[in-house]
Amino acid sequence: MIDSLYIAWKYISFNKVKTATLVACITLISFLPVALERLLNESEKQLMSRAVSTPLVIGAKGSALDLVMNTLYFDDEVPELITMEAANRVMDSELALPIPLYVRFQARGNPIVGTSLDYFAFRGLRIAEGRQLAVLGDCVLGARVAESLGLKAGDSLVSSPETLFDLAGVYPLKMKLAGVLEKSHTSDDLAVFVDLKTAWVIQGLGHGHEDVTKLQDPTLVLKRTAKNVAATAKLYHHTEITEKNIDGFHFHGDLAQYPLTAVVAVPQDDKSETILRGRYLTREETRQIVRPADVIDGLLQNIFRIKNVLDAVISVVAFATILAIILVFALSLRLRQREIQTIFRLGCRRATIARLLAAEILIIVIMSGVFCGALIFVVNQFSNDLVRMLFIR
Amino acid sequence: MITIQKLGFRYASGEFRLDIPNFQVSGGEKVAVIGHSGSGKTTLLNLIAGIMIPLTGTVSVEDTQVSALGDRERRDFRISNIGFVFQDFELLDYLTVFDNVLHPYRITGALKLDQAVRGRAEALTQEMGIGDKLKRNPNDLSHGEKQRVAICRALLPQPRLILADEATGNLDPDNKTLILDLLFSAVTDHDATLLAVTHDHELLKRFDRIVDFQEFQNKEAA
Repeated sequence: MIDSLYIAWKYISFNKVKTATLVACITLISFLPVALERLLNESEKQLMSRAVSTPLVIGAKGSALDLVMNTLYFDDEVPELITMEAANRVMDSELALPIPLYVRFQARGNPIVGTSLDYFAFRGLRIAEGRQLAVLGDCVLGARVAESLGLKAGDSLVSSPETLFDLAGVYPLKMKLAGVLEKSHTSDDLAVFVDLKTAWVIQGLGHGHEDVTKLQDPTLVLKRTAKNVAATAKLYHHTEITEKNIDGFHFHGDLAQYPLTAVVAVPQDDKSETILRGRYLTREETRQIVRPADVIDGLLQNIFRIKNVLDAVISVVAFATILAIILVFALSLRLRQREIQTIFRLGCRRATIARLLAAEILIIVIMSGVFCGALIFVVNQFSNDLVRMLFIR
Repeated sequence: MITIQKLGFRYASGEFRLDIPNFQVSGGEKVAVIGHSGSGKTTLLNLIAGIMIPLTGTVSVEDTQVSALGDRERRDFRISNIGFVFQDFELLDYLTVFDNVLHPYRITGALKLDQAVRGRAEALTQEMGIGDKLKRNPNDLSHGEKQRVAICRALLPQPRLILADEATGNLDPDNKTLILDLLFSAVTDHDATLLAVTHDHELLKRFDRIVDFQEFQNKEAA
């Protein structure tokens, strides 16, 4: 058998292109279903673990999935906005702890999550370096954001404009990096956390500029009365919050009407949860309350339905590939008739010829198995990251 | 060495028929078989080698009646006792020259590949003037060199009989003489018998005996 393996190996290594094609086909067709299964299981695990740990989410009526994906995984798809009043209503009900979230802006490709300090306690996020959010303009980075951007406490990070050419849109705000969170292996690792008010400053709802009552330049003043001074658009707005200018930052209007994407409600108990959910069932209600676990469960059911279809497709493709491989071997046998005839004339037995061909198949299968195993090992090692990259943030 | 008696053979498909009432080759003889295409020269070699079985009569090589052996025994007998040299060399392009020479040892349990055989293979290739090309691929060799490799492959198991089927058919005149010289000297050195099918009439005078297949068949038929 060793001689057969030796000759088979020589043949295989001589016909590199044919061997590589066969190995690639067998590897892929074996690897795909396993990898798909592994990734889907991992995604199920990740999606469900975060969903289960988030009891209730309140947001505008519309797509529950968009709301949950944005709230839990800081997805780019921003749901219809609600106001801070929604969080106040939960607080006033005393049925649950409201954690407001405003997930709309980005900094260098990472989502900026405007929230309150309760969020960190709720998710069990701890500071690894630096300090927690303390003043307007501070930000705290998830571990992987800090790692990928190469930032540490004391550095600064600039928020990105929503659209590049929208001059009237959101202006960048230079934020001070107060601290970096410990790794949590969740979407929190990939987020930039700011206080809600800082998020509103990024949007331009809060701003800082020089004291308009002391303006001397007449081109900066649009209208001046005894009680009010209206400035022109020429007035310089601060793009960074510093110790010197922080007092100049202010918010106009009622904070209760400021925007949020969602409110995470953490009920006191089951009874409180039931009561709270009941309050959002009326037809006039403009907000919805959802249990993320139910929404994600529905999503997973759809994903697994698609997976069943994919499995069927892969089975058909696998069958076709196996037929193609058989055809390749059959054609190869035809091409090698003369060689087979020669060794047959030399005195080789039919069983030995069969053994030589079997050895070739064995080597190809082993090589495919090794490559497939290596790929599965890679998928296993990086399934966590791959799932985040492919399915969730 | 070779004894054929009352041999009758016919292919299952086709009208070709070969009848040889009596044919003998003595040990150490160098016999050339000539005849027009399709007269049955290659069939005769195949019958002697036990690749084909006669319908009637017997084929014996030395004291072994090849035609009476079972399939497995015939193959083992062939690979151990008969060396084949083909017109198209029939080397395997995915093996090196050295591996091609050793190839018979790797495709049968009847021959044992050991260090002595390897040493003998090296000596044989040196003798044939291809000792410096052992790691080369057959595709990198000239036709003359390829035929030398094929002769080494045929001689390595130290066969008592060499069957050469148009062994010089694909070679230029210089190489024909050279290869025949090498084949003759190797056959003499190894105390073997040579039965060669050939169309090269200018080489015939070098053989001990010439069998014209057409005349031979006519004579036998008469």
